[in-house]
Amino acid sequence: MTESSGIERCSTGIGGFDRIALGGLPLGRAALVTGTTGSGKTLFAVEFLARGILHTDARGVFVTFEETPSDIRRNFASLGFPIERWESEGKWVFVDASAGILEEAPVIGAYDFGGLVARIGHAVRTIGATRVSLDSLGSVFTRFADLGIVRHEVARIADALQQIGVTAVVTAERSNEYDHISRYGVEEFVLDNVIILRNVLEHERRRRTVEIVKLRGAPHRTGEWLFTIDPEDGIVVIPLAFLTPRGQASLTRVSSGNAGLDEMCGGGFFEDATILLTGPSGSGKTLTSLKFMASAVAAGEPCLVFAFDETREQLGRNAAGWGIDLDAMETSGLLYVVCDYPEVASLEDHFLRIRRAIEEFKPDRLVIDSVSALERIVSPRALLDFVIALGAVVRQHGVTTLLTSAPSGRFTPLLTPAIAAEIASLTDVTIALCYFEREGEVQRAIGVLQTRGSAHDPSVRHVTIDAQGMHIGERLIGTGFLAGLPGTLAWPAAQPGSQGPSAR
Amino acid sequence: MYSFRLYVAGQTERSLTAQSNLRGLCESRLQDRYELEIVDATEQPGMAEEQRILATPTVVRLAPLPQQRVIGDLSDHRRAAYALGLPDVAEPHHLTGDEQ
Repeated sequence: MTESSGIERCSTGIGGFDRIALGGLPLGRAALVTGTTGSGKTLFAVEFLARGILHTDARGVFVTFEETPSDIRRNFASLGFPIERWESEGKWVFVDASAGILEEAPVIGAYDFGGLVARIGHAVRTIGATRVSLDSLGSVFTRFADLGIVRHEVARIADALQQIGVTAVVTAERSNEYDHISRYGVEEFVLDNVIILRNVLEHERRRRTVEIVKLRGAPHRTGEWLFTIDPEDGIVVIPLAFLTPRGQASLTRVSSGNAGLDEMCGGGFFEDATILLTGPSGSGKTLTSLKFMASAVAAGEPCLVFAFDETREQLGRNAAGWGIDLDAMETSGLLYVVCDYPEVASLEDHFLRIRRAIEEFKPDRLVIDSVSALERIVSPRALLDFVIALGAVVRQHGVTTLLTSAPSGRFTPLLTPAIAAEIASLTDVTIALCYFEREGEVQRAIGVLQTRGSAHDPSVRHVTIDAQGMHIGERLIGTGFLAGLPGTLAWPAAQPGSQGPSAR
Repeated sequence: MYSFRLYVAGQTERSLTAQSNLRGLCESRLQDRYELEIVDATEQPGMAEEQRILATPTVVRLAPLPQQRVIGDLSDHRRAAYALGLPDVAEPHHLTGDEQ
């Protein structure tokens, strides 16, 4: 699409990174990757070579200034990178520039890094490498006192790498998350391509982001992107805001599991829809989710469920109350339920687990009950990002997805929990449940706010819940539903009774 | 017997300065009790790799053991001689030396 700016790209193969870099790093250039200690710089440098070998058989030279080659071989074996084997196969070569005691030497007079450049060039030619990683420049700066020379030499190394024609990742330390790009303040001026990895503690949660500061004038995505370091997949940038172009919109409808609700939505949900169901606790969200699962299983469609509000036992008990046998559905192999407390993992990790479950279980339907529970562990903004990212995944896999959301309690409006309004704009169908009070009784109402690509019943309807489930009844009059203050909702004049008529 | 290996990168002015400084030091302090090998890292990168040479020029004193190394063009003769463990030369006539 926008990758035709004349700059050829080198696809790094690092999870999600190439998407924010719009194809990868500029081919044949050096990119600076900076970050504080523990931000993932070394991993980025290692993965750049490893993914190259794994994906495109691109050979790589790893220049290490800090850790020894044996440290690196050992530390990254757990990610499934057989570095030692690659070395014996001539796919990976170390240039060991780590500071051994023997190499400590006084500096007397002028010098440059010609020796290092010669060694790198030699290593590149020996195996025919197209990628080089240097990790990390900071230790060179601490070993050589003259910053002026070191800066000049960094520029020279970058030039030399360019002349050799390799694509390179050069890492450097930063002392602060939001200050100068690199500790010594100058590397960024000698390199055209700068990437920052951040590792910020926010609300007592670690939050990793990657930002492309510049890419040689080439287009790239701006801003900070969440990423996580996965024990299996390494760096995974969560490419939040790209809604993958949707294939053909499906015209096939699936049932919500509730005939009345299907009718309100114009005949069920489109099978590629994402549905947001909002409502306060007890208003019928979990019930609707359970019916949705049951209808999936009844139709022979695999259904994946992530429940963040309840334990598996609670969910099973609730289901049994409505005559739904969760255990039997699981035994059939068509239902896969994951019950977790949101706090057990970071949001990024939850995202990866859901994505992995989708890829492995290949469901036709997905339920997340509730996304608002995840708000406990992140900011609303991050949760919004999560929903966007999730939307991209489910769309790609054509999964009918039901998300539930409860008001957080911190805000009064029942209908617009902190994030629901924004999330609603990202979903295809938005359904709201609320309570209202009439003649001394608590009643429930439901409204379909939008159904993308389809007509729907615009009325606010009465809802009753009994042992059979939820029944959608007649149309209510009054106002306040949308404002979350349904104080004046009432039955049409003729029906003053407290008995909500249930239209079946 | 002293044995030195001087690593340089290309025949640059800096390389030549380092060579002449090192030769001068050896001549004045060791006369013929030394051998000196010049290694151009751009031509023999494998040898630079072996000694893990980063900066150039770097001189490595291979003998007597232990090995010593000094980075730079050795423009300060007095310090260079000390760092490489060269014997003092009796220079009674000009103690401050003509090495400046």
